[in-house]
Amino acid sequence: MNSPSNLLDDALGPIPGPVILVEDRVETSGAFVLHHLLKRSLAADAGGAVVFLALAQTFSHYDRIMRKMGYNLSAQRENKKVLFLDMMKLEYPSEHKDGLIGLYAKIQSAIESRSSKENITIMIDDISLLEIAARGSADDVLDFMHYCVALTSELGCSLVILNHEDIYPSGEEPPPTLHSNLEYLADVVVKTEPLLTGLAVDVHGQLTIIRKVVLNEKGYSASKISNFHFKVKENGVEYFHPGSQR
Amino acid sequence: MATSTRTGRTSSFSRNSSSFSPASSSPLHQQQNPGIKLGPNASAFVSSGIPDLDRILGGGFLLGTLVMIMEDSDAPHHLLLLRNFMSQGIVHRQPLLFASPSKEPRAFLGTLPSPLSSSSSSSSKDEKQEEKGLRIAWQYKKYLEQPAIDPHSKDVKQEFSNDFDLRKPLERHLLGAKNIECVTMQDSSSLAVIRDHCSNFLTKLPRNDGSNVGRIAIQSLCAPQCGYTEMDWDMVSFIRSLRAMVRSSNAVAVITFPTSLLPPSFSKRWQHLADTLLSVGSIPDEDKDLAKLLTGYQDMVGLLHVHKVAQINSQVPVILEATTFSLKLHRRRSLVIERLNQAPVDGSSGTSYGTAGSCSKSSSVDF
Repeated sequence: MNSPSNLLDDALGPIPGPVILVEDRVETSGAFVLHHLLKRSLAADAGGAVVFLALAQTFSHYDRIMRKMGYNLSAQRENKKVLFLDMMKLEYPSEHKDGLIGLYAKIQSAIESRSSKENITIMIDDISLLEIAARGSADDVLDFMHYCVALTSELGCSLVILNHEDIYPSGEEPPPTLHSNLEYLADVVVKTEPLLTGLAVDVHGQLTIIRKVVLNEKGYSASKISNFHFKVKENGVEYFHPGSQR
Repeated sequence: MATSTRTGRTSSFSRNSSSFSPASSSPLHQQQNPGIKLGPNASAFVSSGIPDLDRILGGGFLLGTLVMIMEDSDAPHHLLLLRNFMSQGIVHRQPLLFASPSKEPRAFLGTLPSPLSSSSSSSSKDEKQEEKGLRIAWQYKKYLEQPAIDPHSKDVKQEFSNDFDLRKPLERHLLGAKNIECVTMQDSSSLAVIRDHCSNFLTKLPRNDGSNVGRIAIQSLCAPQCGYTEMDWDMVSFIRSLRAMVRSSNAVAVITFPTSLLPPSFSKRWQHLADTLLSVGSIPDEDKDLAKLLTGYQDMVGLLHVHKVAQINSQVPVILEATTFSLKLHRRRSLVIERLNQAPVDGSSGTSYGTAGSCSKSSSVDF
């Protein structure tokens, strides 16, 4: 690991367990958070495994990125530590419900076939594309998500989802969407946003991490919000508090 | 030379050398196919048909990506970009698929610009540059002209990107090529037809076959003429599958679309699907404030915004120094893209400062 702790890891808190939702915008892609979490969940000491649902990019893309971060994804796939499901061409001709049920069955069997069901992470790169594949049927996608979330509580694995924040209608009282449902389900929400002042070479954007913390059994809960800037590099990401960069 | 020694050795490097063969033989490779330029992270570029845009984007359009251009409702500048993109492909003899909402899409080919002829402008420009750089005695000038007579360069221009003369249409014999396919989006009530056209087109261009590069140009995808009303999900799903198909083949797809006709949330979905996202804008005529602010305002025909630059095999975003550029016509012929230049503040017209700072009479303290 490149550094014992960075701001993102501190803010995320210990995994496994929670459902992490990454939200990005057109201006700043949040894919790097996914890469970071992929590396972290595969880390040697955690001994984890990953089921990766790729709807946005190809395997070779991830393979090359991870290689620059010092991780061999191909070897891990051969070791069966990574189950990479290339879903870029996923289509539902007519009865698309079967498609998502089939997909869930694949994930479930993959997880249940593992001897130790600990430290398994399900990653979904861009759930909005799943919504598109289901022709806008947010209910189907939500059903799928509920199944996946149930899996996390049953088998103790974790779930990482990438979604886009700006594709849903916003306003005073936005109608319930996939987005609001996912935000409710998530334990940790990671938002990437561009700087208000526009793009810069030194600061690529800012991260807002909202961690919902349940304090006691009375249901008294509070969320912890941390906020910092980031700069994406080939072999990792620099995180720093606003203004603290040398 | 190096390859011969490598093949003689049967070491553990043998596999490596074979996998790197396209890179090691890159000069040869480029000679065979001038339409492709190899980039970082095992990527390859094709030219957008505008040398300036290629430079801005770091080499051109990445092979295997989807480029989307947001149209301006007031000006058809997106057609400038689309025409140059198509012309460049035809000049390189690359297969082209063009889809348009018009009834006769083939008619659009007649408006494609032709590359600037080497005799008239580009070579004279080169000569000028050479003259500037060298400044040799006049009697040696005949030696300079020799490369221009070279049959290779005159017959088929083997350059990565050409300058195009917007006033001169592309030669007819190039347009009759077999590998140019035109589809109208008007007859088909569903997107399945155009999707099949795209997938048929792309299956002929597998990813690993480096010799053949294809271009897909789709004009005004969600225009009302297409009749794709109430088909928002179908359209976005078409773009998604096109993106997936292009990613696994040796091609670039360019789609232009009018954002004003899409619901905002779908417009954002489209933008997320784009690997490279550009938008064009018109500039208002005789906007006095803008004219004062920018140099060369008279020559500008429009604005180009770069929102997103495609990045494959890397997580680092491309951050450009500037995201807004001006579209200009050089000698009313070729398209030039420049950064906006702020005009120097005219000292004599600084009266506004004086009136603004009326509370303090000492106007000399103006910063």
